[in-house]
Amino acid sequence: MTTLGRRLRARLRLMRHSPPLRMPSTLRALGILGMNERNGDYIGIYNDRRHYPLVDDKLKTKELALAAGIATPELYGVVEIEHQVRELDRILDGRREFVIKPAQGSGGNGIMVIADRRGVNFLRASGASVTRSELEHFISNVLSGMYSLGGLPDKAIIEYRVKPHAVFDAVSYQGVPDIRTIVFRGVPVASMVRLPTRQSDGKANLHQGAIGAGIDLASGRTVDGVWFNNVLDAHPDSGNRVRGIQVPDWDELLTLSARSYDLTRLGYLGVDVVLDRDHGPLVLEYNARPGLNIQLANQMGLLSRLKQIRALTHVPDDAAARVALGQQLFGG
Amino acid sequence: MKNLHVKLLALALVACGLGLCYYKVHRLGVPLAPDSQAQVWTVEATLRFDGGGGAAKIGLDIPNEPPGFSILDENFVSSGFGLSTEADGANRSAQWAARSLSGEQTLYYRLVLTEDPEAHRERTTPVPRYPEVPQYTDPERAAVFALLDNVRSRSADTPSFAQELLRRFNDPTPDTEVDVLRNESTDDTAQVRQLQYILAGARIPTRIAHVLRLSERMRQGALEPWLEVYNGERWLAFNPRDGHAGFPDDALVWHVGDAPLTRLEGANDARVEFSATRSSRDVMGLAQQRARLIDSDVLEYSLLALPIATQNVYKVLLTVPLGALVVVILRNFIGLRTFGTFMPVLIALAFRETELIWGSILFTIIVTLGLLVRFYLERLKLLLVPRLASMLTIVILIMAGVSVLAHRLGMEHGLSIALFPMVILAMTIERMSIMWDESGPRDAIMSGLGSLAVAAVGFVVMTHPLAEYLTFVFPELLLVVLALTLLAGRYTGYRLSELWRFRASAKAIARQR
Repeated sequence: MTTLGRRLRARLRLMRHSPPLRMPSTLRALGILGMNERNGDYIGIYNDRRHYPLVDDKLKTKELALAAGIATPELYGVVEIEHQVRELDRILDGRREFVIKPAQGSGGNGIMVIADRRGVNFLRASGASVTRSELEHFISNVLSGMYSLGGLPDKAIIEYRVKPHAVFDAVSYQGVPDIRTIVFRGVPVASMVRLPTRQSDGKANLHQGAIGAGIDLASGRTVDGVWFNNVLDAHPDSGNRVRGIQVPDWDELLTLSARSYDLTRLGYLGVDVVLDRDHGPLVLEYNARPGLNIQLANQMGLLSRLKQIRALTHVPDDAAARVALGQQLFGG
Repeated sequence: MKNLHVKLLALALVACGLGLCYYKVHRLGVPLAPDSQAQVWTVEATLRFDGGGGAAKIGLDIPNEPPGFSILDENFVSSGFGLSTEADGANRSAQWAARSLSGEQTLYYRLVLTEDPEAHRERTTPVPRYPEVPQYTDPERAAVFALLDNVRSRSADTPSFAQELLRRFNDPTPDTEVDVLRNESTDDTAQVRQLQYILAGARIPTRIAHVLRLSERMRQGALEPWLEVYNGERWLAFNPRDGHAGFPDDALVWHVGDAPLTRLEGANDARVEFSATRSSRDVMGLAQQRARLIDSDVLEYSLLALPIATQNVYKVLLTVPLGALVVVILRNFIGLRTFGTFMPVLIALAFRETELIWGSILFTIIVTLGLLVRFYLERLKLLLVPRLASMLTIVILIMAGVSVLAHRLGMEHGLSIALFPMVILAMTIERMSIMWDESGPRDAIMSGLGSLAVAAVGFVVMTHPLAEYLTFVFPELLLVVLALTLLAGRYTGYRLSELWRFRASAKAIARQR
């Protein structure tokens, strides 16, 4: 209730300071990309539909990334049909922490993070206890396509649980912060880190109350964070400053993102990377329809950047060169 | 140009749709609004005569393209007679023939007409010869030429000439020359003949038009003479009694010229009486009748030719594209979120039976109760398909329960709940409960309300009588709807919701600059 009250107060403050609506011409002048324009002029044109299955199916993404030498969380096993639920033991043998997710999930739905075991039961990252039968029920829900695009039967992926790098510890509440980069024609155009909060229940989803903080492409340093549309200096749970955090291995992370274009052949791509304490940057998933929130997090419209890349007659073949191009054009 | 292909395609579709629509409205008179009524006159001429005992031929002039009216139907009641009709110049006549006739005989001619201001306004045929100046007697000659000179000096052309002459001729306090020329007889026909006689002095072609002034429940009506003057291009009508130009709306031109209305051979003593009744008729029916008369197949191949039951199905189906357009507008231009793309359209269809308020209440009741049961089912850890099947059963039970309860309470509206698309409702409840778990109650309720709002707007649009009527009678207008949808498919501007969503960042970006 307190968070709700806080959100309401924030809303009210916002309403006092800015008009409820903006004129389209204002947004246009600021270069804000809208949903229709993203769908019609970017996804519709630069993303060939036949490449979608590669990113929509995380299992295929993993195989492809593995072949290309791009690091992803280690795959422990796949449950494909109902009776395999009983073979879970073999997959989970000796593992105390792991993540179960649908291969074709959408919007981060249907992900169960197991942090530990307590006797025969499992403990979720939130601390809630999960019985063996609840775990099996969850997996069979995943298999039936409950969380998947189009509701088609799916597979359940069981993989390594990322141990978040300490760099964001001060500004995240449970969960794993992830770094979303929009890669257009292979060139990184914008980045943000999504920081879970108590409000978002440890999920890195801005819509549910995670903080989005833009990242300067050149330096890899965070700029101001945005929480429910409000610019904010400090994390609402810890009170620590969000601004000015240096993302480690930044150039490597951007190169990983840029190389993903060669892998997926999707011209307008969202790359989600997590920073693992032991394994460094890992590609968590690709998104063929990345959202518009990155504009909120960066306090900046994407349109002018996209248009600059659009106007290029030639984009370098080398991923590192594309990263350098993106940093030179949009950094600072 | 951006999106040229789509724009051209949309333009072609709009042109097709509106073109066909225009043809139906202007050529066939299909009304653009529902429930249009037109005045229909049923006029009957009763011809009585005495048979001479032997073979007889009877001719009766009948209307031929009367100005201001469309003929919808005509029939001849004349058993035992051979019948033919023939057109001759401005007139048309019916010819009855019989081998042997004696005693009083009666023939009927019935005509069904509708007032149509556009019909046959131009009367150009037949082109007359210019009349010779008659051999007036001396006193006449002086009066005629004095009068004509006088009139000519006060007129500019043939119509104003005729009008001025009629005005003077009918003046209650006439000039001396008019006094000389006025016929002693009060017979209207004789008056018009006298006017023709005078106008011939100016070599102006004239003719008598015999008109029937239609009036409601007319019995034993008779023809009245009207003066028609040829101005070199067309025949112009004048009321011989006051010089008023044109035929009045209720005047049906029966025939023109000096020839008698009837021509008898082998019979005698013909008497013709006219009667008329007026009725209102559906304009749509008239358009169909007219299309048949002008041999147009457009309406024969339309939905109106289908059996009524099938028509009623299409009346509903053809409004669905409008509902889909509403969804497009509310989702892509406004930015509302709904469960399922076209679920709101199906809900809107169900609202047809329940009405909006009751429909919304029932929808909310079912979804709320369904959600409660769904939350309970969640604890049972069922597999997806059995769970959906259970939800379907439960939704149907809830619907049945609500119906029974509503009936007991005397709220008959509650019964129409039976028409709700239960499969769609079950799926909606399932999706809503998943969204509730995944994204929280706020998102789930917002999407639920969004669906309801879209369904409500869709309902209002789809059940508007005009929309229902236009899509059914002019299904080609759906091409226009299709064109709009195509254009919307290339709309890449902002959604209304984005103007709100980015309001704060817009401010921040502007500050940074």
